[in-house]
Amino acid sequence: MKIVAALDTCEGLGMCEAMAPDFFEVGDDGVVEVLDDSPGEEHRTDLAAAVDACPVLALTLQG
Amino acid sequence: MSAEPSVTPPAGAAPATPVRRLVVVGASLAGLRAVEAARRAGYDGALTLVGAEEHLPYDRPPLSKAFLDVDGARGADTVMTFRTEEQLRDELGVDLRLGSPATGLDTDAREVLVGDERIPYDGLVIATGSVPRWLPGTDPADDGPVGGVTQLRTLDDARTVRTALEAGARLVVVGAGFIGSEVASAARKRGLPVTVVEALDLPLTRSIGPEVGAVCADLHRAAGTDLRLGVGVAGLETEPVAAGAEPAPGGAGRRVTGVRLDDGTVLPADLVVLGIGVRPATAWLEGSGVPLHEGDRGVVVDATLATGVPGVYAAGDVAHVANPLYDDEHHRLEHWTNAADHGGAAARHLLDPAAARPVETVPYFWSDWYDHRLQFVGTPRADEVRVVADDRASDGGFVALYRRADRVVGALVLDRPRDVMKLRRRIADRGPWDEAVEHVVTTPPRAKR
Repeated sequence: MKIVAALDTCEGLGMCEAMAPDFFEVGDDGVVEVLDDSPGEEHRTDLAAAVDACPVLALTLQG
Repeated sequence: MSAEPSVTPPAGAAPATPVRRLVVVGASLAGLRAVEAARRAGYDGALTLVGAEEHLPYDRPPLSKAFLDVDGARGADTVMTFRTEEQLRDELGVDLRLGSPATGLDTDAREVLVGDERIPYDGLVIATGSVPRWLPGTDPADDGPVGGVTQLRTLDDARTVRTALEAGARLVVVGAGFIGSEVASAARKRGLPVTVVEALDLPLTRSIGPEVGAVCADLHRAAGTDLRLGVGVAGLETEPVAAGAEPAPGGAGRRVTGVRLDDGTVLPADLVVLGIGVRPATAWLEGSGVPLHEGDRGVVVDATLATGVPGVYAAGDVAHVANPLYDDEHHRLEHWTNAADHGGAAARHLLDPAAARPVETVPYFWSDWYDHRLQFVGTPRADEVRVVADDRASDGGFVALYRRADRVVGALVLDRPRDVMKLRRRIADRGPWDEAVEHVVTTPPRAKR
């Protein structure tokens, strides 16, 4: 499983960080940083929630 | 209905039979999330989505932001729709009824009324959102539309605003709330003259408190917006549109030329945007038996979003909900994240009431003003509001925290995007006040851009 963040779409609103703070953090530049883009399968539920919570649909999970 | 003997469910809980006809009224974010969540939960019965607007569910926040920019949401004349019509109809199996506002509800027969049509349900999610208020004398339902006078709620409203800005309109915004302030920002970005008129002495006192309202007032002034506080609007100055002339955006026979204030001042205007708040879109529920709030007629629900009427739930802007995070205080929120959270929860709870849990939302919204970002998490209803960081002079932002007893319950953050979700977590965890203050004062502001 791989997290893909479209950084040109990201507005840094932080909902992903709210849902899965171990994997996402909004930086000082107001854009998300993916802290670990190849997470283990056990995190799928949290990550799916983070992807769904993005107000600008900037996140996808592959695999 | 069922001949099978079964345990009697507790009052107000599960419908006696499984839901086979789920109707969602309101085709914006909350309604969309409701239909998505229903299918995700394995629901395979009939699913109907009723919407007042002609458009597929679309994303509203950009309407007062990127859509109004010079390159207009990257040049498009539309905004993001979350799903295509094919995805909704074919993949999610949704019976789409767009452009057909619900007009009534019969809770005895369990039917939603859409004009002459009756749509039967055994599960219903009310997600009709809210509608902006008009100033007295400007409601098109009374006197017909006045050209150049609009609200900003729908895609069609946003097109009206953008067209006027493109024509170089002199803008008067009535109400210094979030929507109005974002429109003011868009107009100033184009170099247009903007006046914001606010009846209160400071902007946003109700939603974020006076301390932060003063900061917002500064943002307007620094950007060259003429901010008029503590003055009301007495009326509009209008003129007839000459026969054969181009009709003004948003109207036909008359168009606005100015805004007359209580003190007699007339502000010349080609575009007047009303940002004076909204009311829940619940006129169709009057007399239906669904409990409506005595103040604003929003739908009163419990912490699981149930109305108490069998099979009927409410979600999003319409819902007055008790939030366990804030001592079961009722609030009605008009936020994107609230609509998204509620929509999914209402559908899941409706389909499986036994598994329903209180929705414990940390309210969150954001607003973009003149290249600044305001973010608010939590509640502004507090014992104390304290400015804990103010680095605006060096472009390093601003943070105010909101305290109840010894807890942190809210945070307003300007231009410090990194801090917002860390503070949200402390609020969600009912975290101690002292530690939240410590977090902010020991975190350096972001580097000057």
